Amino acid sequence: MFNGLVLGALLALISSGLTIIYGTLGVLNLAHGAMFMLGGYAGYVVFQATESFVLAIAGGALFVMAAGLLIERLIIRHFYDRPPEDQILVTFGLAICIVELVRFFFGSLSRSVPPPPWGAGVTNLGFMLYPTYRLAVVAIVAIALGALYFVLYRTRLGMIVRAGIEDAVMVDSLGINVFRVFMVVFGIGAMAAGFAGIVNAPVVSLTPDMGEAILVQTFVVVVIGGVGSFPGAILGGLIAGQIISITSMINPGYAYVMLFAAMTLVLLLRPRGLLGARSRD
Amino acid sequence: MNTSRRLHPRPFLYEALTALGLIAAPFVLPHLGFAPNTVNQILVWGLFGIGFDILFGYTGLLSFGQSAFYGTGGFIAAYLLTQNILSSVMLALLVGTIGAAVVGLGIGVLALRRTGIYFAMITVAIAEMFFFIENSPLSGYTGGENGIPGVPAPRFEIFGMRLEVGTGWSMYWFLAAFYFLGIVLALRIVRSPVGAILSAIRDNPVRAAALGHSVERYKLVAFVIGAVYAGIAGGLLGVLQGFMPPDAFTFETSGQLVMQTVIGGVGTLFGPLLGATVWLFLSDFLQQSVGLGASWKLVLGVVFVLLVVFLRHGLIGGIKDLHRWLRREKAPESQVDDGADGLAAMDRPMPGIVDAAAPDRPRERDEAAGPILTATALTKRYGGLVANSDIDFTVRRGELRGIIGPNGAGKTTFFKMLTCEIHPTSGTIEFEGRDITGRSVTDVCQLGLTKSYQVNQLFSRLTVRQNLTIAALADLRGRFRLDLFRNPAHIPGLQERVEHAMELVDLAGRADTRVSALAYGEKRRLEIGLALATSPVLLLLDEPLAGMSPRERVETVRLLKSISRGRTMIVIDHDMDALFELAQWITVLQEGRILAEGTPDEIKGNSSVREAYLGGVLAP
Repeated sequence: MFNGLVLGALLALISSGLTIIYGTLGVLNLAHGAMFMLGGYAGYVVFQATESFVLAIAGGALFVMAAGLLIERLIIRHFYDRPPEDQILVTFGLAICIVELVRFFFGSLSRSVPPPPWGAGVTNLGFMLYPTYRLAVVAIVAIALGALYFVLYRTRLGMIVRAGIEDAVMVDSLGINVFRVFMVVFGIGAMAAGFAGIVNAPVVSLTPDMGEAILVQTFVVVVIGGVGSFPGAILGGLIAGQIISITSMINPGYAYVMLFAAMTLVLLLRPRGLLGARSRD
Repeated sequence: MNTSRRLHPRPFLYEALTALGLIAAPFVLPHLGFAPNTVNQILVWGLFGIGFDILFGYTGLLSFGQSAFYGTGGFIAAYLLTQNILSSVMLALLVGTIGAAVVGLGIGVLALRRTGIYFAMITVAIAEMFFFIENSPLSGYTGGENGIPGVPAPRFEIFGMRLEVGTGWSMYWFLAAFYFLGIVLALRIVRSPVGAILSAIRDNPVRAAALGHSVERYKLVAFVIGAVYAGIAGGLLGVLQGFMPPDAFTFETSGQLVMQTVIGGVGTLFGPLLGATVWLFLSDFLQQSVGLGASWKLVLGVVFVLLVVFLRHGLIGGIKDLHRWLRREKAPESQVDDGADGLAAMDRPMPGIVDAAAPDRPRERDEAAGPILTATALTKRYGGLVANSDIDFTVRRGELRGIIGPNGAGKTTFFKMLTCEIHPTSGTIEFEGRDITGRSVTDVCQLGLTKSYQVNQLFSRLTVRQNLTIAALADLRGRFRLDLFRNPAHIPGLQERVEHAMELVDLAGRADTRVSALAYGEKRRLEIGLALATSPVLLLLDEPLAGMSPRERVETVRLLKSISRGRTMIVIDHDMDALFELAQWITVLQEGRILAEGTPDEIKGNSSVREAYLGGVLAP
């Protein structure tokens, strides 16, 4: 159950990044998994340099955000008026570039980041012993999601983003500089994935290919929750986390099969996803 | 005029070139440093890609899940052969391909419930699921991470001679035969009526459906075709390597296929082959000669991104563009003339229209003719907003009805309900005595009711002739037909229908021009032509005069008069003078209700109509 919660929380955070980018910009970012991986590596580098986990999180997240801003400005921006297939292809190509770039610098061998001292050891929950850091992950991700919620629902930027999800043309014609908003949103979305990548780093080992599996799971989460829906991403993430962890306890081989079966079921019964909006398709 | 010649000049050119290329390859490629095994792999990827190109390049469906069918076909064939269930390689390949097709059908039904990015995401996820299924639940059959070793090479007995296919060039001929067959069939498919409809779906699925084609089923056909090619290629991969690798099922396989196709050129059928050649060549060259090792993929990734950004149609597209550019350099006049034709056409009389024009001025409204369309108490609400409320509306056979009304009166909503693009909140619609309420727009078009759109809905990457062909096919072939290998020239009546529609809207001179190169007025006429080519019993025209210059209006009004003979038409427009001249009976809509109905003269004299338009300022 707790394993599921940890995984679910992470998936929720990554998926909300993907979903706000799609919802606002209309671009499906296939490089999102690579951003997750990049976050892990960026955190690893900062940690090696400073030995501080907090700095690793901050530095890594900011680095991925900067990378996101740069990618939007240089490449994605030229794709808004091109067909969605081109957008998918270019982000797919970017994902390969990012993965191979990381492989170029760090090699294919896995790297690891130790959990921070306050997260070492286990905590007695009364009914079971559980690694402290994993509990901390849930808390950290919850805070991050809260921050994202605040930005989306309580700020001017968030209002524009949500309006943009409803009707991007209208927002544009209201005299708001959508390009700048788009750039920021892409940066925030990338940062959400990168942040999850660092927070997750002490739990797993880092490899350049780790983003691919996460990307596919994120897709499942978003399809279950409903594309473009922030609450949908969170709900979908939590559900996916539970499915994977519960099935893993019974038979690990079927964990992903069950996850995809759940997606199929949602598609058959509610093609727009559990909390899907009716707008874009 | 021979349609097959006009649609496809030099009918067997590509087939012959493919055969020549395949025969020449073993003699030429070794000198370029290609090992036979590399060439064989290229052929397998090329064959795999043909199906994907039909799916993506021709139908516009970007699937990242082709590995599912590649793996399925491969593992079924390999399993049957290694377990000695089947001894014939050919038979095993066939069973594997059928297996892939069945899987493709199932996944297609599911994935095609959604379009665009959803479709891409679902295909990724489903393919990934197949990888996990292969790896765990079915590992007893598939060998899990080890794959299936020991796939035998094919053996034939022809006229008592035993032919054993070995490795290297001997295997090449075996694979080349498959590739050739694959290309020949694919060329037939893309030239068939189904192929034409697939490209229509790629360009504008909404209009393809509105013209009476069952878009969902055709998409499924394309999806299954993609799966069939993937299945046979997967089977051949096992035969080629003597081993069926589990990587066939990975996301990387699908990704590599997508990249090779895009690098080579999408929508060309040969693109995947060229892309695979570039890919495998670069892989060898960069890893060994340049010594980049594993990071050769970084170079590839950068090249790919640049290609998507700058060269949209891949290498083959680039070559074509270059060719066209060189030819334009040589013969500039003809091109310039082409571009200005739209304006020039306005100055000379339109022969097609003039001939047919001027039917004996306003036909009397035939009260005795039965109703062709009856709407009863039609209402459409969007939340609290009432777009149409309680409209009763009857059109008689042979009538030309005009609908006018201020902006926001609900005219377009009303039209959309009549053609079943949207469904009414309440009320019923009867067409030729049949209740069509709640039917699909495709059904309704097949019954003979269609409309031309207020905003052009054309197939912009196709020519005028191809556009009209797609519309005519809907009427001649019905909503769905699986004539995958039929030559459209053999469909009786098709060519006449297309030519006739082209004459009517005066686009015969622009038959082989792409829609994207047409002038605005020409596009407007083609928009009407599309609706006409479906041979509707009842034709609805939504603002046919919108955005036209006064001169174009005069011509178009004449066109509308000529096509109204023998047809029932309903026309919406803001140009009241034009409508008063055209229509025998006018319906005025205001705020979603019928304000008045009557002859043009009655409407002109109606005080409430004046008030609606002029706000009562000039009330007499």
